Amino acid sequence: MSDNLLEIKNLKIGATVYPPGEKPHDITIVHDVSLDLKKGQVMGLIGESGAGKSTIGLSSMSYGRGGVEITGGEVFVNGRDILKIQAHGLRELRGREVTYVSQSAAASFNPAMRLMDQVIETTLLHGLSTKTQAEERAIELFRSLGLPDPENIGNRYPHQVSGGQLQRVMTAMALCPKPDLIVFDEPTTALDVTTQIDVLAAIKKAIRDTGVAALYITHDLAVVAQVSDEILVLRHGNMVEHGTVQQIIEEPKEEYTQELVKAHSITHEEKKPTDNPILRVENITASYAGTIKVLKDVSVDIHAGQTLAVVGESGSGKSTLARVITGLLPPSEGRIVFDGKELTPALPNRSLDDLRELQMIYQMADVAMNPRQTVGQIIGRPLELYFGMKGAEKRKRVIELLDEIEMGEKFIDRYPAELSGGQKQRVCIARSLAAKPKLIICDEVTSALDPLVADGILKLLLDLQKIENVAYLFITHDLATVKSISDSIAVMYLGELVRYGTKSEVLSPPFDDYTDLLLSSVPEMKLGWLEEVLADRKMESAGN
Amino acid sequence: MNFKRIPLSALVGIIATGGFLFVAVFAPALAPYGMAEIVGDVWEPASDEFLLGTDNVGRDLLTRMMYGARITIFIAGAATIFSFVMGSVLGFTAAVTGGWFDMVLSRFVDLLMSIPTLIFALVVLSVLPGNLVTLIVVMGVLDSTRVYRLSRAVAVDINVMDYVEAARLRGEGTRWIVFREILPNALSPLVAEFGLRFIFAVLFLSSLSFLGLGIQPPEADWGGMVKENKEGIIFGIPAALIPAFAIAVLAISVNLVADWILNRTSDLKGGRG
Repeated sequence: MSDNLLEIKNLKIGATVYPPGEKPHDITIVHDVSLDLKKGQVMGLIGESGAGKSTIGLSSMSYGRGGVEITGGEVFVNGRDILKIQAHGLRELRGREVTYVSQSAAASFNPAMRLMDQVIETTLLHGLSTKTQAEERAIELFRSLGLPDPENIGNRYPHQVSGGQLQRVMTAMALCPKPDLIVFDEPTTALDVTTQIDVLAAIKKAIRDTGVAALYITHDLAVVAQVSDEILVLRHGNMVEHGTVQQIIEEPKEEYTQELVKAHSITHEEKKPTDNPILRVENITASYAGTIKVLKDVSVDIHAGQTLAVVGESGSGKSTLARVITGLLPPSEGRIVFDGKELTPALPNRSLDDLRELQMIYQMADVAMNPRQTVGQIIGRPLELYFGMKGAEKRKRVIELLDEIEMGEKFIDRYPAELSGGQKQRVCIARSLAAKPKLIICDEVTSALDPLVADGILKLLLDLQKIENVAYLFITHDLATVKSISDSIAVMYLGELVRYGTKSEVLSPPFDDYTDLLLSSVPEMKLGWLEEVLADRKMESAGN
Repeated sequence: MNFKRIPLSALVGIIATGGFLFVAVFAPALAPYGMAEIVGDVWEPASDEFLLGTDNVGRDLLTRMMYGARITIFIAGAATIFSFVMGSVLGFTAAVTGGWFDMVLSRFVDLLMSIPTLIFALVVLSVLPGNLVTLIVVMGVLDSTRVYRLSRAVAVDINVMDYVEAARLRGEGTRWIVFREILPNALSPLVAEFGLRFIFAVLFLSSLSFLGLGIQPPEADWGGMVKENKEGIIFGIPAALIPAFAIAVLAISVNLVADWILNRTSDLKGGRG
């Protein structure tokens, strides 16, 4: 036996699928994957959704999630084949030798238990130390993970700390029983960039200090480059490429890896602002339930055929701005001028034509479409409502629109559940285009998508802008996206506009502190980036 | 539709429910005797002449059962449909419009539900003229409070989905939102509830008849038949148990069908199955 802590040999994982209208059949999710991990090393597993990365990660605990079954191969942890051991042995393994950090800490904690009790639970369960010792260790871990007030934070309940803090508490939970291996399953994906960087730094420090080995699962190559020693690139359950971080980032061999490294490389020539903006937001102040102001005196302009990107972290008020413009939340002060005339603040009083010219695309395409309507009905409805199209004429236009979004006629009778994430978002785009709008509000439209799919959507949006001369209000927390598609940028922080101007103005120094923080927090695809950034940071994120 | 894919339990339910419906519809043609015709002695045991025996005044029980199925299923079905149409439309509208409409309606429903249903029905039915329409309306209104609550709760969840917001931003009216966006997505829990409520309606109607305020003699209905024959039980005559047994079988078979429909409509493919 070698000195490998974890050894996966020719792992095969399968599941039974039950497609509607067809016979259930078995599929293979992971084909013949092998990897080795030495003590104290970090292996990054990277790939898009459906690549099998989480499934492989969980196999190191001999666990298959929701009907997934390990059908072949061997998994050795500390020299024993854990696929052969019984339930009792697995109980010894899980939470003692191998621990797990999940993506959404908020959903993984028991809301009715204090954090400390949950952090030391596994340690006590395995009888690894006394309660006092475990609590001392937890406090020590809280301190080294940079949590505020480490002595007392354990007395809080999960809802009393922020998302980034909760993710760090979960890391402490995984580290507490002194495991040999931790599986990190997208631990920073649900966080803001400015928070992500803190959590990333905390995880990296904890790994270095304790010498624990880790499998780090993510879809973001730039993130994994900061924490791991080696990277395994996966696609559709197959190994694509395996190498050191440096080799993968600097000289990727496979075509797919090269594409991943190049993601976010869409560029777009900045257009000059015109004299007559299509939408003028003037001194808008808005609040929910009349108490807390979510938007404070915000004014921005959007020009015909151009894109204004609104950036900021969660809670900055960027989605509220969209709600105000669409009329879902009438502002308490200020006015909105659309195409030369003032818009009625509340939605029910707006004319059908105003509604038609102002469309919206949502972040979660799956809940933005009625699951009981076909693609044809979804795209056809605006045509019927605004232009009175019927029958063959409507169908012809729907097919045209489907061609425009690069999907084609064969999708017309499908239901949303039969589409992939990227296709769903495309249908939503077609639905708003059907109205022939002058402005489309895009609320985090690419956030839920894999990087390469997201790039496809951005490219489509840019192409459509050229053809239809439609303006976009692009709400996002992702600065890489902003750089790719915007003409002007508005940076928001806690409801205020902190920086606003054309793309080149906003993105060139001198920066204010917040913009600097935001810009520097976007993970870059190079080694040592994390250390550099942390060394010269000026302020903390709002989530801390 | 592929009949081989219907699970056994649903098949049993379909056959039994279908049998009840068939008998109900064709009772006059199938029944061996007239509905109120006295053909034999009191409480005669089952024989070739009277397959289930005779009742307390000597009418053929099988005939009475068939006519009873006809009237029981008709009234319970009509009351349930009435309660679903009223309850779900009001419930959805309340959830979608909100505000005072929702408040007034919901508090009114609370008020109705705070009064025990059976006592409420007894009072109302003893005051109002006793005919079928009154019976159906009273049962429907009382049942619709439960349907209202369920539909409102389901619709409140659906109402916050992005596709409903998208429909609102598109300029759709309340009617479109209720019938096109919410109703298709609220169907599964409603169908399941329909089976259950139908059976409650059968039981409720039987209780009313048993107490003498439902179907009036000499019309046959299952609850009334239990009442007419209940004295026989002490003498070991099973005549009262036959309609009770029929109620139980109908309850089970309707729910087997409802379960299966629920499975089909919660299918990913938008219920085409």
